[in-house]
Amino acid sequence: MPLIINGEEQKVAAKTLADLLSALDYDGEWLATAVNGELVHREDRADFTLGERDRIEILSPMQGG
Amino acid sequence: MPTLYDSKIRSRLLLGTARYPSPAILADAVRRSKAEIVTVSLRRETAGGKAGDAFFELIRDLSVRVLPNTAGCHSVREAVLTAKMAREVFRTDWIKLEVIGHHDTLQPDVFGLVEAARILTGEGFQVFPYTTDDLVVAERLIEAGCRVLMPWCAPIGSAMGAANPMALRSFRAHFPDIPLIVDAGIGRPSHAAGVMEFGYDAVLLNTAVAGAGDPAAMAEAFALAIDAGRLAHEAVPLEPRDMAVPSTPVIGKAVFS
Repeated sequence: MPLIINGEEQKVAAKTLADLLSALDYDGEWLATAVNGELVHREDRADFTLGERDRIEILSPMQGG
Repeated sequence: MPTLYDSKIRSRLLLGTARYPSPAILADAVRRSKAEIVTVSLRRETAGGKAGDAFFELIRDLSVRVLPNTAGCHSVREAVLTAKMAREVFRTDWIKLEVIGHHDTLQPDVFGLVEAARILTGEGFQVFPYTTDDLVVAERLIEAGCRVLMPWCAPIGSAMGAANPMALRSFRAHFPDIPLIVDAGIGRPSHAAGVMEFGYDAVLLNTAVAGAGDPAAMAEAFALAIDAGRLAHEAVPLEPRDMAVPSTPVIGKAVFS
């Protein structure tokens, strides 16, 4: 299924957001996810079903001022 | 000592974590600054979550409280979503709210800032707004629920120090009971001491420390200057005068002619 992940189009065989993170080897503890501009909480990822061309943002901590 | 929402702070220096030459130097600078609060950010993760984890583990080892920011956000929608994602990651209601309005000056979009502050306080966030020294905007931010204000003293990263000292003094006088943190524009410890002499509660720094030749030493220099400026404020400095006033008493002076 084509998805836009952090701004780049990728084809990934994943039905849910949790599946997607697993398929892409995102195993970091400190991640936040949003789909189509809305936050998806950590505990909701397993039940969140993805659709074609969903825009997914996967963010993690970094240095900031 | 000032109280920032639910927290009393002992260190009046808040330190940013960006632009250091290495993680080890960042850690050293935080330790020598004695900062209790450091700012952090969120960005797209490209290494399976491992880059973010490595950075955040370093921060956690420093036993400091984090203040996540919404740096780089140019719209209310972006800032609000970033704040929510920051709360998800960092597990704090604190958010340093930035809504940037101008690419060159990084001046806040104060209209978007007030709107975003209202939305976020309504959702339980404790907002630290990066704002200008405009008094009316500050009043709107307080009406929106902000209990801390963070005016700039000059553009972010400019290192020029207080560009408009009169405005900063007015700001302090106008909001005697709100914790005020100067955020952005400080370049040298003397600049920080200067705004602390005005009565500001704290200073938030990043580039001035991270970009110094010896960031850790500069962090300590800022900590000393900030404490000195605060102590000077509490000691009530003299106001400038137009005319000379002899410091040595003239009474009893010998007359030789």
